[in-house]
Amino acid sequence: MPMPRNRYWRSLGRFWATSLAAELEYQANMAIELLAVVGNLAGSLFVLALLYGRSSRLGGWSWDEALVVLGVYTLLDGLTSAVLQPNLSKIVSHVQNGTLDFVLLKPIDSQFWISTRSFSPWGLPGLVAGAGLILWAANQAGASWQASHVALTALLLASSAVILYSLWFLLAALSIWFVKVWNATEVLRYVLVAGRYPVSAYPVGLRTLFTLVLPVAFLTTVPAEAILGRVSASWALASLGVAAAALGLSRWFWQYALRYYTSASS
Amino acid sequence: MRRALRIARVLLATQYAYMLEYRAEIALWALSGVLPLIMLGVWQGAGGAVAAGLSPQQLSHYFIAAFVVRQFTVVWLIHVFEEDALQGKLSPYLLQPLQPLWRYLAAHIAEQATRIPFVALMLAVLALLQPTDLALPSAGALLLGLLAIGAAFALRFLLQTVVTMLCFWSERAAALDRLLLIPYLFLSGLVAPLDTFPAPMKSFALATPFPYMLSFPAQLLAGMPVNAAAGFGALAAWIALLAPIAWLLWRAGVRRYGAMGA
Repeated sequence: MPMPRNRYWRSLGRFWATSLAAELEYQANMAIELLAVVGNLAGSLFVLALLYGRSSRLGGWSWDEALVVLGVYTLLDGLTSAVLQPNLSKIVSHVQNGTLDFVLLKPIDSQFWISTRSFSPWGLPGLVAGAGLILWAANQAGASWQASHVALTALLLASSAVILYSLWFLLAALSIWFVKVWNATEVLRYVLVAGRYPVSAYPVGLRTLFTLVLPVAFLTTVPAEAILGRVSASWALASLGVAAAALGLSRWFWQYALRYYTSASS
Repeated sequence: MRRALRIARVLLATQYAYMLEYRAEIALWALSGVLPLIMLGVWQGAGGAVAAGLSPQQLSHYFIAAFVVRQFTVVWLIHVFEEDALQGKLSPYLLQPLQPLWRYLAAHIAEQATRIPFVALMLAVLALLQPTDLALPSAGALLLGLLAIGAAFALRFLLQTVVTMLCFWSERAAALDRLLLIPYLFLSGLVAPLDTFPAPMKSFALATPFPYMLSFPAQLLAGMPVNAAAGFGALAAWIALLAPIAWLLWRAGVRRYGAMGA
């Protein structure tokens, strides 16, 4: 990279401070987002209770353990609302209006700029609710809080966030070819709902799909197992490997896609 | 009458041609409707289904029917209308001797027509993978089911029209629509069959319009025992309630509408 690293950190600070200031002009949004998070969480708990019925296991997971998975899902959903959605959904309009030209001319990595320019505080309720649910449910399920265990959890949560980012980025970058008024990234949100439940709750075919093709298992199940202190070394390594590969792929795909970008009206 | 038919034909034909241009994205949207199939996977291994007395076969018939119903009742009016109103594109439509909402309705119907091959393809893949999960509905069930899908779509379109009309007054209409999606998600039967709900929760859900938008047509298609007369009656009642509200809001809203730069 042509620039010193700390320029990136300083840019990030400016980006998020300015978006925060802009977003805080619309404070009524906070009430709406709170309502949405509470409604979604209540609905998810309701459906989870229906799924358990009178049995005590779902795919071998107890109620409290499944709540950890739901917590990780809520956390990632908050991350999506806070960072991924506000940034990556704009690629479409940049392509449509030709303003991607200006992004490409900036003396900063274009993928970095596109991915981090905005920060929406309206994702915070989801982040807080997710973290709260994880802590509460993990305690109920009797998870331990040793330093090594917390470090592994943090590492696997970070790798799941990287995988989620890369998936979003790959799909959003497709808009270089397919443009329409709304964009394909929303599609991902619907499919990732599968991550609300431990991957072992699915039949074998879907389980394979959610591990190998669409890495839902690495998004919520693997970090949840780390939180519960029972993740195996092979799964942890696989998660890190998938994260590295996904990030590399997103990087390569962006360079490749830019070759096909011909600006608006040309 | 002949004029209306001609307008409808031209509108549908042009909108269909327009939607065909975007078939790649519509295929992605069709793919995004897989939620009922994902839920089918979870329900098949869940104790809750056994407790509610649903056999694996009933579950798969229900959720695959729900998948089909969902595909043909998707409404995205608010997203295009908000942009058209904001950017002033609504103004030329208002000059034409045709209520602009018909244009949006035609766009939705054309988009559904574009979806048909993708939905058929997904069903074919399902039939190949899990032949026992699919059952061809009887002619009667199919007819009633299709009729109910049409009515469910009309109800969803009207409900979103009411919310969309709030765009004339507020910038938060889309946020309100997003909030309405939450009860739709959990009460319509999209993620859990209504038969698995505890009794009080089920009666509460049935008092809202949401189950008639999905669960009712899906049950008809899946050939499950359901009171067809009561279901169609509820659909008609909700439509009769929302249609005048939508119309009044439209009239009041257009009077407020000041296009771009006014």
